[in-house]
Amino acid sequence: MRTLKILLQKELRQILRDPAIIRILFIIPTIQLLVLPFAADYEIKNIDLGVVDHDHSAYSRKLVDKIVSSGYFRLKDYSASYQQGLDAIKKEKTDILLEIPPQFERSLVKEKEATLFIAANAINGVKAGLGSAYIQGIIHDYNQEVRMQWLQIPRFNSQPVIEVTSSDWYNPNMNYKVFMVPGILVMLVTMIGSTFAASNIVREKEIGTIEQINVSPIQKAQFILGKLIPFWLIALMVLTTGLIIARLVYGIVPVGHYLTIYAFASIYLLAVLGLGLLLSTYAQTQQQSMLVSFFITMIFNLMSGLYTPIESMPEWAKIIARLNPVSYFIEVMRLVMLKGSSLADIKYHIVAILGFAVFFNTWAVLNYRKRSG
Amino acid sequence: MQTEKVITAKNLSKKFGHFVAVDHISFEVNKGEIFGFLGANGAGKTTAMRMLCGLSMPSSGEATVAGFDVYKQTEQIKKNIGYMSQRFSLYEDLTIGENIRFYAGIYGLTDKQIREKSDSLLKELNMQEHKKTLVRELPLGWKQKLAFSIAIVHDPAIVFLDEPTGGVDPITRREFWNLIYEASSNGITVFVTTHYMDEAEYCHRVSIMVDGRIDALGAPASLKKDHAAKTMDEVFLQLARKAVRSE
Repeated sequence: MRTLKILLQKELRQILRDPAIIRILFIIPTIQLLVLPFAADYEIKNIDLGVVDHDHSAYSRKLVDKIVSSGYFRLKDYSASYQQGLDAIKKEKTDILLEIPPQFERSLVKEKEATLFIAANAINGVKAGLGSAYIQGIIHDYNQEVRMQWLQIPRFNSQPVIEVTSSDWYNPNMNYKVFMVPGILVMLVTMIGSTFAASNIVREKEIGTIEQINVSPIQKAQFILGKLIPFWLIALMVLTTGLIIARLVYGIVPVGHYLTIYAFASIYLLAVLGLGLLLSTYAQTQQQSMLVSFFITMIFNLMSGLYTPIESMPEWAKIIARLNPVSYFIEVMRLVMLKGSSLADIKYHIVAILGFAVFFNTWAVLNYRKRSG
Repeated sequence: MQTEKVITAKNLSKKFGHFVAVDHISFEVNKGEIFGFLGANGAGKTTAMRMLCGLSMPSSGEATVAGFDVYKQTEQIKKNIGYMSQRFSLYEDLTIGENIRFYAGIYGLTDKQIREKSDSLLKELNMQEHKKTLVRELPLGWKQKLAFSIAIVHDPAIVFLDEPTGGVDPITRREFWNLIYEASSNGITVFVTTHYMDEAEYCHRVSIMVDGRIDALGAPASLKKDHAAKTMDEVFLQLARKAVRSE
């Protein structure tokens, strides 16, 4: 125990003595948490719309008005021909082109049927896909309205209309920030924790002090714990800073208990830091360990369900996501923050993450050798 | 001189692939002795020393340090030795006092012992006013002397020094050797590698390694006599010229 205390004292002194570390640890995540959630928004707005209206009728104008007044589109271009409309897309003036054929109104009235054409610039696939979907939704609505107008006697309505009304549980306003901020916070804590842990033991290798440790009677587990605990404390402090920002800036108050988050985070950090230390025992230079840790955390973050739901991934990717500690914490964060889950509700997550923690740390202790072969 | 042996090595060897870094070396070191381990760069001195300290696994042969086996009892060996590596090994971002506390602490000294030790150590090195100075800010000579004092802060039976005076000026080297003599007179056995031949003269006995083998072993005076040389320099040159291996 005393050896551990001496080790901890030394590590904390070294960390606190470096003013750059403290700045990096707290200021960078703060800025990221203030900037990223505004950018990481799934809702697409400001889609630039081009219209080619060959009809120039009351119905066609009404349709365009309806699309623009939805708030998602900005009417940027009004061309005379399809070719001109396409040019506007090529020049990146518009994202989506809506072509209204001649006699749109006539065929709509007479034949009760009309065709519209949508062309989308799919370089930004999300924008094109969602934009087209929005337009289709609006046209569908428009269609309903027109029908309602014509069918003065509703009981003759030959086509029954099924309308779906939905309510979004746990996040009634579908506020993306409530959804993204906890996830981004997990990502930041993970990156900071694992990168710092990964570079730490290697640093002792680089400056040569590891020899002095190896020739002393320090036990391997003591040494690893001595490295683990300081970063564990720091990562928890970063998490706290993040939760405070989430509350003050974004007004995100967890429905569940803060204690549940901390309880899970404590175990989670042991796993992530253990992974960092494991990399550290393999690497020979800080550069190596940083690059590998960067690579791994990038995959972890992208496959964590933060940006894209795990459920929509292919089977093989789902397996990888299950082997990814980050995905568990993001899920737990959202469960506790939005749904108010308790420790009992997340017991499987806890068991899984405990497994990761034991696995990575045991491996790190085993791979750290005081004597070379 | 007492005949209690604190280090024994018998046909100790270390191979890295086909390369034989240390080739069946055998020697004994007596308690309280200053044992010089000489050799050109790449002769295998550091490798041999690392095996004795439990940092490197021997390929074959036997050795004991402080009565413990280098294969199985490395952790007991580690409690009984001090080690100062070729590379400077104090924490530059800690103060002198903090370095002393750390190294004394990991060898299990109590707070009271650490206080007493650091007071006497700083006094001996004339660094009392610098207890709170960061090691990074010290001149190299000071750092080396400090590193040595810290290597023996837990009063080990043996201290291993790997080229401790590399890059240090002659005056500081002299002061450094005074520290070594003092440790030796306190009963600490000193095992030191060097390639400064004037330092070899300070040792009670020296061994000279050439290409991983020990080619000569004895007191400096008798080695000089055997090789009909006036200085250790000449002895060394006679032996080292036979070396096939270069850096």
